Amino acid sequence: MRETSGWIWFIIAGIVIFILGGLHMMTVHMNAILGIFNPAAGDAVDWENVSWRSRNLFFTVTYIFLLAAVLYHGFFGLRTILFELGPSRGAQRFITKFLWCAGIVLFVIGTYAAIAARSIGKVL
Amino acid sequence: MRETRQFDNHLGIIGWLGGGRWGIERYLYIIHRVAGLGILLFFMMHIFESSVRIFGPESWDTAMDVLAHPVFKLGEFVVFFGFAFHALNGLRLILIELGFAVGKAEEPVYPYRSSLNVQRPLMIVVMVIAAVLILAGGMNIFVLD
Repeated sequence: MRETSGWIWFIIAGIVIFILGGLHMMTVHMNAILGIFNPAAGDAVDWENVSWRSRNLFFTVTYIFLLAAVLYHGFFGLRTILFELGPSRGAQRFITKFLWCAGIVLFVIGTYAAIAARSIGKVL
Repeated sequence: MRETRQFDNHLGIIGWLGGGRWGIERYLYIIHRVAGLGILLFFMMHIFESSVRIFGPESWDTAMDVLAHPVFKLGEFVVFFGFAFHALNGLRLILIELGFAVGKAEEPVYPYRSSLNVQRPLMIVVMVIAAVLILAGGMNIFVLD
C-alpha cells in the first residue's frame, strides 16, 4: 500500500514538474523566442532578470514546489532503478533512508536559497 | 517508503540496454531512464549553481561568465533535450498508466490492435512535439541567445 501511494505521489510530482519545469524551461532556455518573465530584456540569466524573478513571490513559491517535486520524482525514480538490480532487503532499507536524507538536505539548501534570494538586487 | 519484494534480475544493467524484439517504445523506455538520471544529476548541481545568486551580482556574473563557455552551452542543450524528451514521453506514460489512449478492452490477439492503432500514433505525436521543442530550444541556445 505504501509503495502504491509512493508511486501515485511520483506521478503527481511528474505532473507538477511538467507544468512548473516547463514554465522554467520556457522562461530561461527559450527566452529569445518567447521573452516571458524577463522584464529587463537581454539574457534570462542577466542579473536584472534573475533578481526580479528572485524577488517575485510567485517564483519563490513555484521554485520551492518545483524543488520538492523534482527531488521526490528523481529520487523515487533512482530508487526504482536501483531496486531492479535486486539488492538485499537491508540494502533496500539503506537506499531508501539515504535518498530521503539526501533529498531533505538538498531541499533545505534550495529552499533557503529561494527565500534568501527574495531580498537581493534593486527594484526595477 | 517500505522495501519492495525482491526478484532476481538475471541481466542487470545490460538487460535495460537491449530492446530485443520489442517495439520502439521499449527503446524510448531506455532513453527515458537515461534522460531521467541525467536530469537528476544536473539538478543536484543546479541547486548549488543557482544558489550563487544570494551572494550578489558580482558572484552571479562570475558564475555566468564560466557557464558562457561553449562546453556549458552544449550541456545546456543536452539538458533541454533530456527535459523535453523526458517530460513528453512521461506524459505519454502517465496517460497510458491512467487508462487513456489504450483503446477499448478486447481479447489480446497478436498483433495487438490497441497497441498499433492507439498507442503507436500517440507515441508518434508526442515525439514530433518533443522534436519541435528540441529544435526550438536548440535554435534559442545556439543561434538567437
